[in-house]
Amino acid sequence: MTVPAAGATSPAPGPARARSTAAAVARLVAWRVAGAVVLLAVISVLVFLLTYLTPGNIIKNITGIRPASPKLVAALRREYGLNEPLVTQYLHWLGRFVQGNFGRSIEDQTSVAQLFSERVGVTLLLCGLAFALAVLVSVPLGVMAAARAGGLIDRLISVGSVVSLSAPAFAAGLILLYVFSYYLPWFPSSGAGQGFLDTLYHLTLPAITLAVGVGAYIVRLTRTAMVRELQSDYVTFARARGLRDRRVLATALRNGIIPVITTMGLVLSYLVGATILVETVFTLPGLGLLLQSSVVFKDFPVVQFLALFFAAVIVLVTLAVDLSYLALDPNWRRQLTR
Amino acid sequence: MTADVLTSVAAPAANARKRRRPVTLVTCLIILGLALFAALFGHLVFPNATQVNILQAKLPPGSPGHLLGTDELGRDVFAISVAGAASTLVGPLIVAGGAMIVGTFFGLLAGFRQGPTDFVLSRITDLLLALPVILLGVVVAGLFGASYWWTTLLLIVTFAPYDIRIVRSGVIEQVTKPYVEAARLLHLSSWRIMFRHLLVNLWPLERTNFLLNYANAIIAMSALSFLGVGVQEGTANWGRQLIDGEQVLFSNPLVSITPAVLIVVVACAVNLLADALNSREGKGRGR
Repeated sequence: MTVPAAGATSPAPGPARARSTAAAVARLVAWRVAGAVVLLAVISVLVFLLTYLTPGNIIKNITGIRPASPKLVAALRREYGLNEPLVTQYLHWLGRFVQGNFGRSIEDQTSVAQLFSERVGVTLLLCGLAFALAVLVSVPLGVMAAARAGGLIDRLISVGSVVSLSAPAFAAGLILLYVFSYYLPWFPSSGAGQGFLDTLYHLTLPAITLAVGVGAYIVRLTRTAMVRELQSDYVTFARARGLRDRRVLATALRNGIIPVITTMGLVLSYLVGATILVETVFTLPGLGLLLQSSVVFKDFPVVQFLALFFAAVIVLVTLAVDLSYLALDPNWRRQLTR
Repeated sequence: MTADVLTSVAAPAANARKRRRPVTLVTCLIILGLALFAALFGHLVFPNATQVNILQAKLPPGSPGHLLGTDELGRDVFAISVAGAASTLVGPLIVAGGAMIVGTFFGLLAGFRQGPTDFVLSRITDLLLALPVILLGVVVAGLFGASYWWTTLLLIVTFAPYDIRIVRSGVIEQVTKPYVEAARLLHLSSWRIMFRHLLVNLWPLERTNFLLNYANAIIAMSALSFLGVGVQEGTANWGRQLIDGEQVLFSNPLVSITPAVLIVVVACAVNLLADALNSREGKGRGR
């Protein structure tokens, strides 16, 4: 990503410098927000065009397999504003979207908003659980590996992370499914359960599956960052002053974790992709399964909404992460004015 | 997705000094050799792998003549796994290669020219990176009912941005070096500098990235096949076998466990090969 040129503001002493820092930060924030808005706009155009670019008659895509009489076709053309120019159509579509009118599913005429609200809980809980699990296990593992870089534990952890990185969510899921719900019948093999505890129980295996890939990624990130951090001068000094290993690691982790946090956008993007696979393996009625089934059915309103939703979540989180650089790393903030 | 992390992980200082036999390297090469052989000649060894034989459906592992049993349609699991190597491994190879070519071209351009060219290319890269590969694959290839080769093309488009970024940052690191300055002083054309001089020095980066992309492409493409995108029903393909096998998981688990393990093993071998080559590079030369 480009950092906009912060101008040739020479580092002036005192309040003037503080002001120019604030101005530079403000400019950067504005720049990033504008970038995110443009990105979302472009994505929305692409999503809108999906209906038009897909092979086959658009009316057919809307009516699905139902026979369409000329009268119905005319009515549909009017309803969807198909007789207007493409740009007007897009603006109308976007306008409806912004007002929260997402249309109805072609498959069964349920409103997209309702479908979404029924499904979103499972996916959110699944991704949240997987994320928490991955962070809780991986960050300590990454630190452990870095603390004794090159040692046996490090090599075991590194090999483990390569294996889990190479295990696609669906392969890992199927293996877990076989071992823990058939061979050892501990966990249910499908469905999301009822009530909070039962849901949690049903989501255990899927969450572990999802956490495997993300976790491996976080382990490698943490390890790389910590190895670099542990070679820096302040760690040597801290050790020379006789600080306990624990304290030293904790201090280094505070700095080392920054690059880990700032790649959370990628982690999220992975979660969104993998949740489709995991929900398919475990037949969980979440957004991923909904997306997959509506793609098969060519249920355009649902597909468009979900695609836009996922893209928006990713763009917004990436934006938040980008801006968190500023909050987390004062050096970076200072550099802006240099 | 994981490229920049993985490249920076290689060669921990401590064990780089020890001279160990390249066990990992050799193991990886053997695995990949076998996979390549299966991909090239699998259909010759088992020409009838995809032939349906309902009478012999769902035989458990260890049945006479069917070491790993048969699937729902009575196809031998071992034979179809060997035959499936081609469609599982060739497409991703093209994806990684195509992404490398596209990425190198635009990455060199963005990194060397900078200015407006760089700005436009970087924004397009941002756009593509905001869309998860699987999501894009399911929506686009799924709606269009894309064939295997169209899916391959789509994956090239989604993988190239990572390459563009990595090559671009590699170029930006290189252009300040004396040899580039010297080439410029000699009034060599910028195309010549880019494609003769810079390219050679970007090779280690390209190679690592190619391998990591290959591993990721194997995973992504079998994920799409698993979701029913990209390969036709009845094709021998590891991702496809997984979803077909889930229905018979309890009568013959090996129908889906075999391809699952194969995907993990091959992807692992590619990832470890990238790591092993990297640390050899680190040992060999003092650059």
